[in-house]
Amino acid sequence: MTSAKVMARPGGRPTRLARLSDILPPQWRRSDAFISLLLMAPAFLFIAVMLFASVSTLVLVSFRELTDPGAPVAYTLSNYLALFSPEGDIYRALLLRSLWIPLLTTVAVILVAYPFAYILAFHVHRYKAVWLILVTIPFWISYFLRVASWKVILGENGVVNSFLAWLGVIDHPLEFLLYNMGAVVIVLTHSWLVFAILPIYVSLEKIDRSFLEAAKDLGDGSMQVFLRVTLPLSLPGVFSSAILIFVRAAGDYVTPSLFGGISGTMIGNLIVSLFTAEDNAPMAAAVSVFLMLALVIVVCAVALLYWLWKKWRANL
Amino acid sequence: MSATPMSATVRRSRLPLILSLILAFYVLVLYGPVVLLPVFSFNDNIYAVFPLTQFTTKWYQELTGNQAMLFALWASIKIAMASAIIATILGFLVAKAMTRYRVPAKNFFYGIFMLPLILPTIIKGASLLSFFRQYLDVPLSLWTIGAAHVTVTIPFAMLILIARLESFDRSLEEASADLGMNAWETAWRITLPLAMPGIIASLLLCFIVSFDEFMLAFFLSGSQPTLPIYMFGLLRFPESMPMMLALGSCILFFSIIAVTITEMLRLKRSEALL
Repeated sequence: MTSAKVMARPGGRPTRLARLSDILPPQWRRSDAFISLLLMAPAFLFIAVMLFASVSTLVLVSFRELTDPGAPVAYTLSNYLALFSPEGDIYRALLLRSLWIPLLTTVAVILVAYPFAYILAFHVHRYKAVWLILVTIPFWISYFLRVASWKVILGENGVVNSFLAWLGVIDHPLEFLLYNMGAVVIVLTHSWLVFAILPIYVSLEKIDRSFLEAAKDLGDGSMQVFLRVTLPLSLPGVFSSAILIFVRAAGDYVTPSLFGGISGTMIGNLIVSLFTAEDNAPMAAAVSVFLMLALVIVVCAVALLYWLWKKWRANL
Repeated sequence: MSATPMSATVRRSRLPLILSLILAFYVLVLYGPVVLLPVFSFNDNIYAVFPLTQFTTKWYQELTGNQAMLFALWASIKIAMASAIIATILGFLVAKAMTRYRVPAKNFFYGIFMLPLILPTIIKGASLLSFFRQYLDVPLSLWTIGAAHVTVTIPFAMLILIARLESFDRSLEEASADLGMNAWETAWRITLPLAMPGIIASLLLCFIVSFDEFMLAFFLSGSQPTLPIYMFGLLRFPESMPMMLALGSCILFFSIIAVTITEMLRLKRSEALL
């Protein structure tokens, strides 16, 4: 039963819009496919232009030669050759670091978020809505503000240093707090935490509690129930949030530029400086495409592993 | 899910103290850094250091007289309002299709509409910059930022509105059609009023997302900065840190109020509204 069929009124008042739609063959007007495509068309076209057309432009620009304004456009492979040339090891090192830092971040986020989501799903029964709102609010608080507030904590004159100095533990500021890879991982972990808590919570909440009781009745201890029932059933939430966090953290710019220093600079910083300071859009585009391809490969590899794992479990 | 008497008592039981402490610690960690913004914004010291000295509101007074900040604020409000309205309209149409019709290749379309959320921001920014400058050759302005913000807010609007449209009984719409209303009258008199909490939630959250968005605006702004870009500039100079703290506190205050309202709207069951 489709509402489209129900809504085709028998003998209703004719309206202008109804007359316009009479141009279409009636089997179209009534088909779910046609109506739903019509409804989705504006958003689809908008995203198609803004993402597909623009990513295609990015790829196109990455093959351009760096020319003076007004000069004819020429195409070349030199941007990509530069990425793989011996002098281009800075690009490769930054790319590797831009995969390494998000990997550390993702693992840290999942390890920290899982217990919280678990307690929330299985042990909180009173005021659950309040706890959920408390967890959801930081999700919507400006990412930029959450990152910037760490400047207040870790800075040379920040909370940690001034607090320790006030206690008399240190007599000059600890410099290792800021401008290194560790600081970037800490700040990224904190700012992406809520993006893992909520999906993991949802996948834990969805688990049918009778499975857990069945496992217990069949003699599993609580640790075995967790490892053999709860954890595997929550993995979809873990994987989807891990992929989202990994991909989004790999393209971060704000955190490494505020906290990275030299050892924590990421590929996002390079892309921005190529676009702005060096005014080399073709090279910036090539580096962006390079990052995009690397992320696609990593995500596909993880998805493949997950699929193999599921198959292996199904055959047990 | 059948609840035996035993598990029913377990389900109602209080949270053990140790678990409440862990939860409280987590919430402290989640909110800790941002809570420091208002704390130090009232402190009479150019550096955010302990111990706190004198209570002052002078950073807020300095803020209200700051023309450049007000200009950036107004730019952000304009962009956020426009993108929230457009994204909510587009998202509503998608949500309507996804919840009321059999969409062909549903997973494909769903994936496309979620794509702006998944793609790394730096790729989106670099692509849109190339698209606007190298391909279309339009000057960067608030319009280019707004177009980018509509793109990234569509997934949020769609998700919120799908959840809302799924939450109420579609037989109400069918009843309205049976009683002789056409599709437009049904949409106007039944679907829209019932979806209203979702629409308000979507407008508010899309507004917040656009208002706070930094990276795309950073790539796509012309001569006129938005508020996050202005704040990024403040971060570079230690002497403007207190002003940034005061501004950040104001934004924090309004965001938390808006999000709390929307969360309450979203948690409310649709039955309660009928």
